[in-house]
Amino acid sequence: MADLTLSGPIERPSRWLASVARGGTRLWCGGTLVGILFLIALLAPLLAPHDPIEQDLLAAQLPPAWIQGGEWTYPLGTDSLGRCVLSRLMYAARTAVAVALIAASLAAAIGIAFGLIAGMFGGWIDQGVSRLIDVWMAFPPVLLSIVLAAVIGAGLTSVIAAIVVVDWTRFARVVRAETMVQLQRDYAAAARVLGLSRGQILRLEILPNLVPLIVTLLAVEMGIAILVEVILSFVGISVAGDVPTWGGMIVEGRQIVYQSPWIMALPIVSVILSVIGFNLLGDGLRAALDPVQRR
Amino acid sequence: MRWGEIIRRLVLIPPTLFGVCVIVFVLLRVVPGDPIAMMIPPGASPADIDRLRAFYGLDQSILQQFITWLGQALTGNFGRSISLHQNVFELVLARLPATLELSLLATLIATALGVMVALTGVYVRGRRLEWAIDGGIGVFLAIPDFLWALILLLLFGVLIPLLPISGRIDPQLDVAFRTNFYLVESLLTGRLDVALALLQHMILPAVALALPFAALVARLLKASLAEAEDQDYAQIARARGFSRPAILWREVFPNALIPTVALGGVQVTLLLGGTVLVERIFSYEGIGNMAIDAVINRDFPLIQGLILTFAVLFIALNLAVDLLVRLLDPRLRHG
Repeated sequence: MADLTLSGPIERPSRWLASVARGGTRLWCGGTLVGILFLIALLAPLLAPHDPIEQDLLAAQLPPAWIQGGEWTYPLGTDSLGRCVLSRLMYAARTAVAVALIAASLAAAIGIAFGLIAGMFGGWIDQGVSRLIDVWMAFPPVLLSIVLAAVIGAGLTSVIAAIVVVDWTRFARVVRAETMVQLQRDYAAAARVLGLSRGQILRLEILPNLVPLIVTLLAVEMGIAILVEVILSFVGISVAGDVPTWGGMIVEGRQIVYQSPWIMALPIVSVILSVIGFNLLGDGLRAALDPVQRR
Repeated sequence: MRWGEIIRRLVLIPPTLFGVCVIVFVLLRVVPGDPIAMMIPPGASPADIDRLRAFYGLDQSILQQFITWLGQALTGNFGRSISLHQNVFELVLARLPATLELSLLATLIATALGVMVALTGVYVRGRRLEWAIDGGIGVFLAIPDFLWALILLLLFGVLIPLLPISGRIDPQLDVAFRTNFYLVESLLTGRLDVALALLQHMILPAVALALPFAALVARLLKASLAEAEDQDYAQIARARGFSRPAILWREVFPNALIPTVALGGVQVTLLLGGTVLVERIFSYEGIGNMAIDAVINRDFPLIQGLILTFAVLFIALNLAVDLLVRLLDPRLRHG
């Protein structure tokens, strides 16, 4: 960050750079962690030393290479079937990123739509949406996603659907409240005076002002989506056996936790780093994009 | 919150619960898995299967099934569990105390921990340590209870095997309990050895549930403490020569408590929902663990009963928090 302020002739800093500076350490750390995660997910086939489902039963449950008995061909050791843990972690990152991106965007789209409509039109529409959210909030979220995934059956679609159906309320509640706040502001009144229709006000005036909030929620939601995949694996209704996922690896590691604890520990570390990354990114983005702090 | 508001909330409870019932009922009926198929022995005749189906009422239309179920539920009869062949109400009632004890212990740990961290955080305001505390709170908030459960299991169950990692009580310990509130009962009857054995089993799951919640309490309370300390009355106390810890504890803390209870209290529901997985990870015999088994076995009546139990607990907790805030806040006492 020091570089940014020193380099070049001193002019008024661009709004973008000022935003990044305001995001501070959290934005940097979060961005780096998430960036690494996305890179690994994207480049898994190039980076992984082995095929993630290739079994080598003669080299089963090897410890990581730096521990006594480990081999450098398997840098992070092997699981009970002799599959390379490092390669599996990398391919699992792909699944995690795919679930996070798709599920979070869908949950956001549905939640924002409901929230905007309820906040904009008020009256019985708002009442209806609010009651619906109330009913949703009365469910334990973990249980609801488990029941849902059981209903739809195992698989990536089911994981994504479970996240979307459970978590749209997160977006709906916040967007509804914020829409109402924004509608009270002078600029919304001015837009009405100018003769803009409700739809135009929503699209041109309200929605752009909700962007910082939505981006923040979206980052946090991606972390949550990764966690939900782990939860569903725990109940045995996540992605099919052949596809490596962090949740699946944790469950497999749990069964042999006394013999080879690292098999469970490594995916846990991956999940924690990703979730912290997404949360830091969300926090940083909130600080960076907050229009109130922009002045 | 005024009394009228509380009455309004009470009136809204039945429709909310009704909505929960409808959603669960419909959701479960579109499950592809057939609960009857899971309970018949191989080689059962189609007639037997039909009889079983009729016995559990699964041969009727969804609407008919719902009306029958609702009618019985209103009289306290929640049907028979398909996988455990027992009355759902009794099953849930037998397991509920285990979950309640665990959640209560977790809430106590979380509150104590959160208050300590918040007070320390405010006390070192503006110093580098505050920055570290804020960062720590962020990390503890980001990692959910079930991940803590796995981490604790790995640390204190496997790497440094200090504590038992499964069950509610040692099977060798043959104690006859009169109620299912084992911990409360053993404490009340003075069986401290039993209480200790129970606590050893409960401490890891309870801490796992408590950590994210403690972070939440710490964050909320720290913000309110900081705000309250800047108010005039705290400054005046300062000017009159009271020490900073005394001001924080006696003047600032009681005032900062109200927003924390209001915002944090509602989140106890999250802790309660977290018991589902944490109980599973530690094989703790509460309703959460039971719920996962019920889903895996497609045990419709049991799932319905359990989700309804959770929903009632959630709603009751929310209401209790509102009442507590009312009691704590002198401004609302004469509403």
